[in-house]
Amino acid sequence: MKGVLATDRRGVRELGAEELVGWDEVTQGVVLNSFDIELENVAHIPPEERPYSDFNSYTATVASWRVIKPVYNRDICIDCQNCWVWCPDTSIISRDKQMLGIDYDHCKGCGVCVEVCPTNPKSLLMFAEAEDPEAALAKWPEKKKKEKK
Amino acid sequence: MAITSIKNLKEFSTVNERFEGAHLLCPGCAHSMIVRELMNATDDNLVIATNTGCLEVSTAVYPYTSWDTSWIHIGFENAATAAAGAEAMYKARKRKGTLKDPDAPVKFVAFGGDGSTYDIGFQWLSGAVERGHDFTYICLDNENYANTGGQRSSATPIGAHTTTAQAGRVSYGKKQKKKDMVAIMAAHGAPYVAQLAPNKWKIMAKGFQKALETEGPCFINTVSACTTEWKFDPKDTIHITDLATDTLMFPIYEIIDGHELNILYRPKNVLPVEEYLAAQGRYKHLFKPENKHVIEKIQKDINDFWEYLQRREEARV
Repeated sequence: MKGVLATDRRGVRELGAEELVGWDEVTQGVVLNSFDIELENVAHIPPEERPYSDFNSYTATVASWRVIKPVYNRDICIDCQNCWVWCPDTSIISRDKQMLGIDYDHCKGCGVCVEVCPTNPKSLLMFAEAEDPEAALAKWPEKKKKEKK
Repeated sequence: MAITSIKNLKEFSTVNERFEGAHLLCPGCAHSMIVRELMNATDDNLVIATNTGCLEVSTAVYPYTSWDTSWIHIGFENAATAAAGAEAMYKARKRKGTLKDPDAPVKFVAFGGDGSTYDIGFQWLSGAVERGHDFTYICLDNENYANTGGQRSSATPIGAHTTTAQAGRVSYGKKQKKKDMVAIMAAHGAPYVAQLAPNKWKIMAKGFQKALETEGPCFINTVSACTTEWKFDPKDTIHITDLATDTLMFPIYEIIDGHELNILYRPKNVLPVEEYLAAQGRYKHLFKPENKHVIEKIQKDINDFWEYLQRREEARV
């Protein structure tokens, strides 16, 4: 998990924490560079190897939006990637067809990943933001038996 | 032409994402699901124009950008114009031989909300499609002006409550029907026009790839469930979209060359439209006894439209 979140600049700044400027100081028309250098074939470079600039929202965080957070249970996960395809915040980290974990700097706690998880019990569940991940894993529910008709 | 494999989700998930997190869209917003899917469906270079709307104000909040591709923000009506202009310049420079890498594959994409597609940018979109530029226009249809507080647009369906078509003692919300934008764009003779939904990820990714590969102007209308204005819990975005496609409120289909219609998804069990309406706060007034006739009308419209789609698919004209 640590190796994937390689850039140590990630998540260091809070959005909206910058100093505000007045109307007469605002520049009209702005070009923001996503990367520090001119980068070609971005689609062939994995995120951890890209030279993100400070303008890229990859280096920012929205973690303070969350009141509940998803916790991931590797033991139950079947790597179906449903959570990956439907995550609106690019916060499910998948590499080589494997689900590695959740990017808590960009997750807003919407809970879509939990809803689309097909395993029994679910391998992603929502817990309070303050909950310790280890304690959350210890509370994991048992497999539900199918109701007999 | 390099295209990402979408055979199954595991293979699809190996792509390198180009849409970054920490944008400011609401939690559970379907806009970013659709944008991610488009950008993941291809590994060609992308030039994207986005006009004003939720997507634009949330992904380019100074000093941040969430886009790892060339991206331009432009006025409310001009996404199609900007994409068309960039495409025309690209072609001209290719002809003159002034491009740095003339063989690099480039695709031009424009994103607009339903307000800017159905109402404000309609004339400009129509012009760009008529001129036949090689670009793909994607409408993120959340059926209202969500960015400015949920006003009605011509994409808002009949009976929905919006801040400028309020439901109350005198009115049951918007009284007019939704405009059939897909048919209008097909009537332009665009080579590929489709209506897609993010819950059917494979159909959607295939549609995006087809549109990007097709030369000429392509239009795709995508259903984007809005947790704030449709009033449902953020976690239910995919569930609501499932209901939308399974009640046939949003049939998924494509029209090729303006006439060849294919239905891309037929629900196994078609649900009554009440299930879709009851799941959202914007329709809750319809369940009062005096508004029962509106639900009946919505159901009748859906049945008629589905019948129309099936007949057109059979007729191949």
